[in-house]
Amino acid sequence: MNALVQMASEEAENPLVPPIPELVIGLIAFAIVFLFLAKKLLPNINKVLEERRASIEGGMEKAEATQAEAQQVLDDYRAQLADARHEAARLRQEAQAQGAALIAEMRAEGQRQREDIIAAGHAQIEADRKQAALSLRQDVGKLATELAGKLVGEALEDNARQSRTIDRFLDGLEDSATKAEATR
Amino acid sequence: MSSDQTLAFETDCHIFDGCGFPAPGLHSFTFDPIFTVGSFEFNKPMLLALLGTVAIVWFFWAAFGKAKVVPGKLQMIGEAGYDFVRKGIVYETLGKKEGEKYVPLMVSLFFFVWIMNLWSIIPVAQFPVTSIIAFPAAMALIVYVLWMYLTFSKHGFVGGMKNITGYDKSLGGVLPLVMFLEFMSNVIVRPFTHAVRLFANMFAGHLLLLMFTIASWYLLNGIGIVYAGVSFVLTIVMTAFELFIQAVQAYVFVLLAATYVQGALAEHH
Repeated sequence: MNALVQMASEEAENPLVPPIPELVIGLIAFAIVFLFLAKKLLPNINKVLEERRASIEGGMEKAEATQAEAQQVLDDYRAQLADARHEAARLRQEAQAQGAALIAEMRAEGQRQREDIIAAGHAQIEADRKQAALSLRQDVGKLATELAGKLVGEALEDNARQSRTIDRFLDGLEDSATKAEATR
Repeated sequence: MSSDQTLAFETDCHIFDGCGFPAPGLHSFTFDPIFTVGSFEFNKPMLLALLGTVAIVWFFWAAFGKAKVVPGKLQMIGEAGYDFVRKGIVYETLGKKEGEKYVPLMVSLFFFVWIMNLWSIIPVAQFPVTSIIAFPAAMALIVYVLWMYLTFSKHGFVGGMKNITGYDKSLGGVLPLVMFLEFMSNVIVRPFTHAVRLFANMFAGHLLLLMFTIASWYLLNGIGIVYAGVSFVLTIVMTAFELFIQAVQAYVFVLLAATYVQGALAEHH
């Protein structure tokens, strides 16, 4: 035991004085590490890190481009949709307007036809009435003449006078008829 | 090589057995050579340093050797570590444009220091290589030389000296004193503290772990078993704490290195 301590204390040198062999070994060891790292391995990893950075940035750029494109498509789509809605509204309005015009036209046509029919009816009635009046006048004239001839007992040769008398009579009849019509 | 020295303490010694506590000390940091070539002695810290080197190169070769844009698991871990140093340390101190050139150095430094620290708690190895001053000193030396080179290549001799001595006319009478102190601080003290900060943390951490580990074993007798249990729990706790400290020290070492480089490139203090 004592011998060990003795031996150890003899061997122990000043711990702050670097022994040369260790110093050399330390330098060599470090030089090996430094050469491997500085010449080969760190440039290796730097290259890869750079590549990774580039690829990440590239990926981000691509993502941004895709996003911009998607946004563009969405905007286009929305614009188209708005256009389509607009168009539909316009068409609807147009159809409504057209329908209204059509109805108005039909109504006007109907009105016109109705009026035509009414006018035609009136004309017909007037014509009938005139014909009736004419034939009545002739018949009444003949009957009256016959009747007057029979009553007077003389032939009324004088045509002119005859005709005048009949007309006067008939006018009187017509007047009274018109008056009766008016009062009714 | 005796078993005593492989394990850093005597295995047949317990409390109440009439033998003293085999306290850890400076002797815990010296090793018998594994083999010798002439006067050159190859020992355990050297072996661990080389194994650590192989481990780092192997890991980064597996992670980044065939790096893919879509990373595998190992590459993802490697990238996390790489980005931690690159963005968390170098870009923060040097800026992206100026710092890019120094990223490989800082990444190498960080993982080298970290692995050398990590040996402290890896079973069987269980020795932080960085608790041998030569290894932190080698790292600090590289940073120191780079700092010197950058200072004088960027500002010329006069400008570089001004940069190193913190030359500032407005200081007037105290300027010589300030220049002297700045020179001492930057040129002599700083590389020393840069290396010793890492060394001392790992040295102390290893001593603590040894302390509790040895005590757990030594106290394993009679009533001492209770204390041995406490000591063992503390060994576990300290191991976890060391895991944290190892990463922090690697981070601090590289952060300082980046700050020194930044100071060398800066126009004036």
